[in-house]
Amino acid sequence: MYRSHVLVCGGTGCTSSGSAQIAEKLKSEIRRQGLEKEVAVVKTGCHGLCALGPIMIVYPEAVFYSMVKPEDIPEIVEEHLLKGRVVERLVYQETVGSDGIKSLKDTDFYRNQHRIALRNCGVINPEDIDEYIGTRGYEALGKVLTEMTPDQVIQTVLDSGLRGRGGAGFPTGMKWKFASGNRGNVQKYVCCNADEGDPGAFMDRSVLEGDPHVVLEAMAIAGYAIGASQGYIYVRAEYPIAVERLKIAIGQAREYGLLGKDIFGSGFDFDIDLRLGAGAFVCGEETALMTSIEGNRGEPRPRPPFPAVKGLFESPTILNNVETYANIPQIILNGAEWFASMGTEKSKGTKVFALGGKINNTGLVEIPMGTTLRTVIEEIGGIPNGKKFKAAQTGGPSGGCIPAEHMDIPIDYDNLLSIGSMMGSGGLIVMDEDNCMVDIAKFFLEFTVDESCGKCTPCRIGTKRMYEILDKITKGQGTLEDLDKLEELAYYIKDNALCGLGQTAPNPVLSTLRYFREEYIAHVVDKKCPAGVCKSLLTYKIDPEKCKGCTLCARNCPAGAITGSVKEVHSIDPAKCVKCGACMEKCRFNAIYKD
Amino acid sequence: MERKQTAAFQGTDQQEKELLAAIEELKIEKGCLMPIMQRAQDIYGYLPMEVQKIIADRLGIPMEKVYGVATFYSQFNLYPKGKYQISVCLGTACYVKGSGDIYNKLMEKLGIKGGECTADGKFSLDACRCVGACGLAPVMMINDEVYGRLTVDELDGILEKYQ
Repeated sequence: MYRSHVLVCGGTGCTSSGSAQIAEKLKSEIRRQGLEKEVAVVKTGCHGLCALGPIMIVYPEAVFYSMVKPEDIPEIVEEHLLKGRVVERLVYQETVGSDGIKSLKDTDFYRNQHRIALRNCGVINPEDIDEYIGTRGYEALGKVLTEMTPDQVIQTVLDSGLRGRGGAGFPTGMKWKFASGNRGNVQKYVCCNADEGDPGAFMDRSVLEGDPHVVLEAMAIAGYAIGASQGYIYVRAEYPIAVERLKIAIGQAREYGLLGKDIFGSGFDFDIDLRLGAGAFVCGEETALMTSIEGNRGEPRPRPPFPAVKGLFESPTILNNVETYANIPQIILNGAEWFASMGTEKSKGTKVFALGGKINNTGLVEIPMGTTLRTVIEEIGGIPNGKKFKAAQTGGPSGGCIPAEHMDIPIDYDNLLSIGSMMGSGGLIVMDEDNCMVDIAKFFLEFTVDESCGKCTPCRIGTKRMYEILDKITKGQGTLEDLDKLEELAYYIKDNALCGLGQTAPNPVLSTLRYFREEYIAHVVDKKCPAGVCKSLLTYKIDPEKCKGCTLCARNCPAGAITGSVKEVHSIDPAKCVKCGACMEKCRFNAIYKD
Repeated sequence: MERKQTAAFQGTDQQEKELLAAIEELKIEKGCLMPIMQRAQDIYGYLPMEVQKIIADRLGIPMEKVYGVATFYSQFNLYPKGKYQISVCLGTACYVKGSGDIYNKLMEKLGIKGGECTADGKFSLDACRCVGACGLAPVMMINDEVYGRLTVDELDGILEKYQ
């Protein structure tokens, strides 16, 4: 029996900021103080507050240390773990109140959250199946196998109102129902989409790293519901920690008889294999993902036939995303009504968002559907340096930019669609006044051009032409006619592309045209980039008030565009300037500015 | 197609033995081609034509199919990479925090373009899409080492560690 547990985050974010060294140092310091029988060190999954990594929490008192460095460890071990005095200097400052240390749950970041999918992330050791079982893990699987019929399972998922968390928001129960016919007579498959390709979204990775068994359990439940005996998890190869923990989890589940033959003595067989992606965004699309598991180029197939009829290896297949699965065991244990009591009329439960970009608390948050964007961005996230919020991008390359005027809209699937964006997998990137919307649209189109599989013409050629027009505009060569052409092309691609990737590719352009048209006009008509991002439209100038004539800029200019003698005001020749910004970087007096 | 400068194939008998064993082990599974190619890349570090040909022959499938898969996925390399592989994340969260500048600066410092390798075989540079460390944006990786909260000024110091 340990008197104290120290939880060290082992998610990708904290591992990148050095949590593995922290854990090692902790263990050796604890040994040095002779506390190894009293204090246990547990490596957990992601806590969500990646911005403050590496993170560690000391239980039972739940003291939250942030941005811990190896050299802090001896002090923490000696003061806190040995003598019981919290090292206030290193505690997350939000938790330090006037009357002592407050609970993490009362901080701005966590107060508005409600964790279902992320329930175990940062709480249990993901490499130990017993810890998962200790938090009611595999109880839901036991319940469905011994107390429920497959149809009752599907009805429960239907009644809960759970919709797919991977992007499109299709009702999960419906998907299962479509694939449920002819149980026992045909080979069927249950697949998990862990090919989280939307740049800026990492909730699936966190679930896989922090609570891998929940996905295995939910897939087995789905297998029982539709009558499948084999599952595949298709996971990005870019997530080595997640892959490793899944392998460990599958091995342990097999050893405990929770995967394999005759699970819980019910006669139900189910096993899961891993398949690694190889870096293709389109493989997040369901038919492309299945084509890829089959060992082919991951190109999408036309639907119908839908995967529920003819999917992987031509057999009926269901495919759900990681976060969707993470909700299933809780729905089984707590009932459909419990889940349906959260959220809005058509979007039930919670959604995990990955906050990124120009925001203080970058990381993962899980909020009830219907929470406003303002709560997420201003209360949970916080905009740094007093900058002005400009837009929030949701839905990744398939989504759109939401301007400040829609900040009070309750977040759910239908509301986001109505304002020209989409839920997507839950990436939420905040942009401020220093981000150029035309440049952002171009960035996403460049991404789609790069990732288009090339199978259908509207996507392969259409997105390329859109990119070229945007490129022209950011170089100051665009015309008003180009804006019309851009819009026409966008609608054409939306209507005619083969798969979801192509059909949604124009969204970043359409939404920025809708809400930030004046910024496009500024590029086209005034030949200016108001945010100061598009290089061709900028001129570098020297402020004569501030210039001391130190000659540093002139010596660093690669184009010889700066003239002036010592102790006299310098000037930049716009005809020679290549806009590299080297002068501005070097100037010690902030005398050089972009106009 | 633009052909890149590359070194001649120098596979050893030991590597070939490992590859053949991997093919034998995996070929009974459905959809085994990608797992085999991933294993082959682990063994050789990249997938030159010679290796693709062994796989095609052993599986009894056309070379065109192997090449088609190899060129579809960005993680399969047809050319050898540098001893130190630099990849700069150009995912959205990193991009809005200036990873584009980091990428451009590295091209300038190393004198190569994205997807290329320095003449001494030391550094190769690639752009990648989101390593999932968005909390630390902007991020780059050198082999398995992650560098987060980067600024352009830090690049010299970091590259120096690998000289």
